[in-house]
Amino acid sequence: MSAGFLARRALGTLAVLAILSVGVFGLLYLAPGSVERTLLGTRPASPEALEAIRARYHLDEPVVTRYLRWLGGVLQGDFGTSIRTGMSVTDAIGSRLPLTLQLTAYGTLLAVLLGLPLGIVGAFRKGRAVDRAASVTAVAGMSAPPFAAGLVLLMAFAVHLPWFPVYGAGEGFGGRLLHLTLPALALAIGAAGLLVRFTRTALVRELDKDYIVFARARGLPPLRVAGYALRNALIPILTAVGLIVTSTLAGTVLIEVTFALPGLGSLLVDSVTFKDMPVVQALALLLTLLISLVNLLVDVAYTVADPRVRFGEDTR
Amino acid sequence: MRLPGPAVAVALLVLAATGTAALFGGLLVPDATAQDLTTGITFPGPGHPLGTDELGRDVLRLLVAGASTAVLGALAVSAGSMLTGNLIGLPAGYLGGRADALAMRWADLMLSIPALLVAVVVAGVMGGGYWLAILVLIVLFAPTDARVVRGAVLEQRSRAYVEAARLQNLTSWRIMTRHVWPNILPVALANAFLNFAYALVSLASLSFLGLGVAAGSPDWGRTLSDNKGQLFANPWAAVAPGLAIIITAAAVTVVGDWLQERAERRRLAR
Repeated sequence: MSAGFLARRALGTLAVLAILSVGVFGLLYLAPGSVERTLLGTRPASPEALEAIRARYHLDEPVVTRYLRWLGGVLQGDFGTSIRTGMSVTDAIGSRLPLTLQLTAYGTLLAVLLGLPLGIVGAFRKGRAVDRAASVTAVAGMSAPPFAAGLVLLMAFAVHLPWFPVYGAGEGFGGRLLHLTLPALALAIGAAGLLVRFTRTALVRELDKDYIVFARARGLPPLRVAGYALRNALIPILTAVGLIVTSTLAGTVLIEVTFALPGLGSLLVDSVTFKDMPVVQALALLLTLLISLVNLLVDVAYTVADPRVRFGEDTR
Repeated sequence: MRLPGPAVAVALLVLAATGTAALFGGLLVPDATAQDLTTGITFPGPGHPLGTDELGRDVLRLLVAGASTAVLGALAVSAGSMLTGNLIGLPAGYLGGRADALAMRWADLMLSIPALLVAVVVAGVMGGGYWLAILVLIVLFAPTDARVVRGAVLEQRSRAYVEAARLQNLTSWRIMTRHVWPNILPVALANAFLNFAYALVSLASLSFLGLGVAAGSPDWGRTLSDNKGQLFANPWAAVAPGLAIIITAAAVTVVGDWLQERAERRRLAR
């Protein structure tokens, strides 16, 4: 059963990716002005140059043929060359990918470390001062766009108290960790707020159920009862963690610009501003792929966490 | 999640202040973008409670003037997406069947990717601009509204009053708009309010990246981005608009939660 569930999800992911690849290819036609001009960038538009561009990108062929040609290249890892730098798009992305992945992982880790305990405490102390404080903090965190949170953190912990560096990506593991702490924290604040909400809501719902009342009435140790409740609240929590990873990944766009970090996000903003379409298309597709993979992984985690999903029962 | 009463009161006060600034900012500080290059960038001091920025513009005045593009744009996004969401969610929930399946697959697809990424790519490729950013956000927000509305309509569909309206041989359109819609309105409005906070943040994010309002406009996201390099000269020039975004969005969320809870209580009371 489990294999069937996952196979269905994997097929669904492929279908979504296929549809989105059409959209990504179509981005080229969204830019104002003719496609030749867009691909030419800032170079002078002489008739010869336009002709060369047309031949190079096969612009005289029907759209469907060109889409398939583009897709063929993409599937082999060939995204063409950047209009802005003349570099191979694959190389440009490859050199910046690690930083963005590190930042996403670090941000997600901090969000889980901050959000999960607060949500759990809030649920067990429902209605008390701790819970209310956690709720208000969560709302404030969720309302803070990463770039604004980042600036507040910069002012507090880099300018006012000079504990952390203001800009740059850092050298070596220790330097990288130090340089990425404030950016990761800025990303984690909003994500942690989301996790507090999901965890608290899911746990509160479980704690109201009969089996918890009976377990308590039988005098089972509180920690064991908490364990039962947590295990059953795991599915919504996993959903939230998936959301956190994807929103953190999206947030890197803002954070890399705020902290001047050379990652995929700042590359996307630069390329979008410059209308460097091959890079924009490659990044859009790559980020979509990463997000789809995260969503698929969350589905795999469901089947591990909850046998009811594994055996195809309705979990609600 | 139940928020304490004082939080709601504070949030309402914040919204009243921001709303006043958004509507009457032009009258309160008519010359907010007036530059004074001889002053240059200064720390908070007499005459300038939050200091000035690189161009000698008073940060507090910029903040008041910046409320209008930040807040009214977000209002346009949440209202536009609520309207679109209702137009899709009502028939999807009421008619069901293939229209419903199609609408929900569309929503799934749209919601599978973070709205911010799509907004950056689409608005950026199309050249950016305030109204373009608003339009793109409306399209990206509508699926959430459509889902919420559809869910609420599904719940109403089997009620006796709908049955009665059907027996009177009223058209589906009439039943949807005149009978079902007023009953789901509180749910849709509460959702629009929560969307408003998200719209405020998203719009500010686009302005921050240079894809929203024009350069030099006194918009919160834009002012923040213009002054983010001045952290050592006058950090408030960048941090104050950032705090304005955070506080307003938080206040909207608090009020939205409160409204949603009231809508929920009313639903359960029936």
